[in-house]
Amino acid sequence: MRYSAFKIFSQGLTGNKGWKPVWREPDPKPEYDIVIVGAGGHGLSTAYYLAKEYGMRNIAVVEKGWLGSGNIGRNTTIIRSNYLLPGNEPFYEMSLKLWEGLEQDFNYNAMVSQRSILNLVHSDAQRDAFIRRGNAMFLAGADAEYATAEQLRAELPFLNYDNARFPIKGGLFQRRGGTVRHDAVAWGYARGADERGVDIIQNCEVTGFDIENGKCRGVQTSRGAIRAKKVAVCVAGSSGRVMAMAGMRLPIESHVLQAFVTEGLKPVLPGVITFGAGHFYVSQSDKGGLVFGGDIDGYNTYAQRGNLPVVEDVAEGGMAIMPMIGRARLLRSWGGIMDMSMDGSPFIDKTHIEGLFFNGGWCYGGFKATPASGFCYAHLLAKGEPHPVATQMRLDRFKRGNLIDEKGQGNQPNLH
Amino acid sequence: MIINHPLLGPRDAAEFVYLGDASLIDRPDWQAEDAAEAFYEYGYLRDNPAGQHQELWYHEQGDRSWLVVTRDTLTHEISKVEMARDVARSRGRSK
Repeated sequence: MRYSAFKIFSQGLTGNKGWKPVWREPDPKPEYDIVIVGAGGHGLSTAYYLAKEYGMRNIAVVEKGWLGSGNIGRNTTIIRSNYLLPGNEPFYEMSLKLWEGLEQDFNYNAMVSQRSILNLVHSDAQRDAFIRRGNAMFLAGADAEYATAEQLRAELPFLNYDNARFPIKGGLFQRRGGTVRHDAVAWGYARGADERGVDIIQNCEVTGFDIENGKCRGVQTSRGAIRAKKVAVCVAGSSGRVMAMAGMRLPIESHVLQAFVTEGLKPVLPGVITFGAGHFYVSQSDKGGLVFGGDIDGYNTYAQRGNLPVVEDVAEGGMAIMPMIGRARLLRSWGGIMDMSMDGSPFIDKTHIEGLFFNGGWCYGGFKATPASGFCYAHLLAKGEPHPVATQMRLDRFKRGNLIDEKGQGNQPNLH
Repeated sequence: MIINHPLLGPRDAAEFVYLGDASLIDRPDWQAEDAAEAFYEYGYLRDNPAGQHQELWYHEQGDRSWLVVTRDTLTHEISKVEMARDVARSRGRSK
């Protein structure tokens, strides 16, 4: 069923009795060409682009819980492509371009809102660094715009420009950045993949890989064995646990990132704003809540909850740039598990086991990457070689010394 | 989280800096034949278990000692705290 304004109107007049479930609930077949492990944003978008762009239909997406039950529904919904390094920026710019056409492409309202993202600058050195970043963005075809403090005062009068410790000296805008309704992304991709014949099998936990003579022939699941020519793991957050079943150790630690939302307020924030001196980012949801977050807690964990010191740190960051946030009451906070990689950048790659592919290590940047991650993973699975914008996202890059370390922090996952 | 420091008693985890897996104590032999491979694995690969995890915490805002904390990564429950130097010596290191 194709959605349209006419459809909503006609259904409204006929008691909304014609809507159908947007995906089937099939039982697993004994064999598929490709089994994707994990029906999150990236797994579903991989299935969608495999079916749509690469003409592959005999695909299953297996999911331990319900589809979209992981980080696709736990993030702060920001999209942007303001990266620095050539290994990253063309990939994220491709992702942003896919976001721009996504709703028309999969005929689903994902509420893509290009309301801009602003990275604040608090020192002269930081201004130099951000202008360099803006130029790197231009090189990849992205947009960037430097705004002085005077320009910002006119546009965003509520920020604390004269903070004694961290005065706001300017900021780098990406006007095409913004927010998306995150659950709708999973639903839209699931619907699009299902329509094209992909089996999305929920409540089906992978319990092992069938590896014979160095080749992956399928997966063992809680609903029986499924044979596959290719197995594509896409379980960021749990990558360590899942790949351990294939005997692999990864350049990844699992960490928790907390996020927060306040009670609904009148419109106060026009776009996404990030603090450049600490780590704090905030936007306002369409329901009115201020959605914000900060640093990861910083220790290995698989518990989807964090601790109070980070809550305090995030609140301090918010108060430093936007004192009015102190009047808002916090409604909820939650945590999601991140694959924190050794250089802060992700992986879309084959493994040393033939037929076993890996997508993970998204740190806390996975949501914005959802379309390009699926597209590039689908390309790798269909063609056997990396997509041109994802050639550096390799598992062996540490061995070769080709790190993609945006912040230059070294192999310390909790600093990325 | 509260870390029960062997010398100082219970301390808030916020006083500590987290380094990572306690296997980092076992630095490979730089003169070994396979040193490059061993250092790659030492520097970049992690077990990252869901469950009991031995890890290094540094008491930066305290007595600046390194601790080996055994903690469950599913519940955050800490079951054991040792001085890292004791652990290193028990594994045959001189200091």
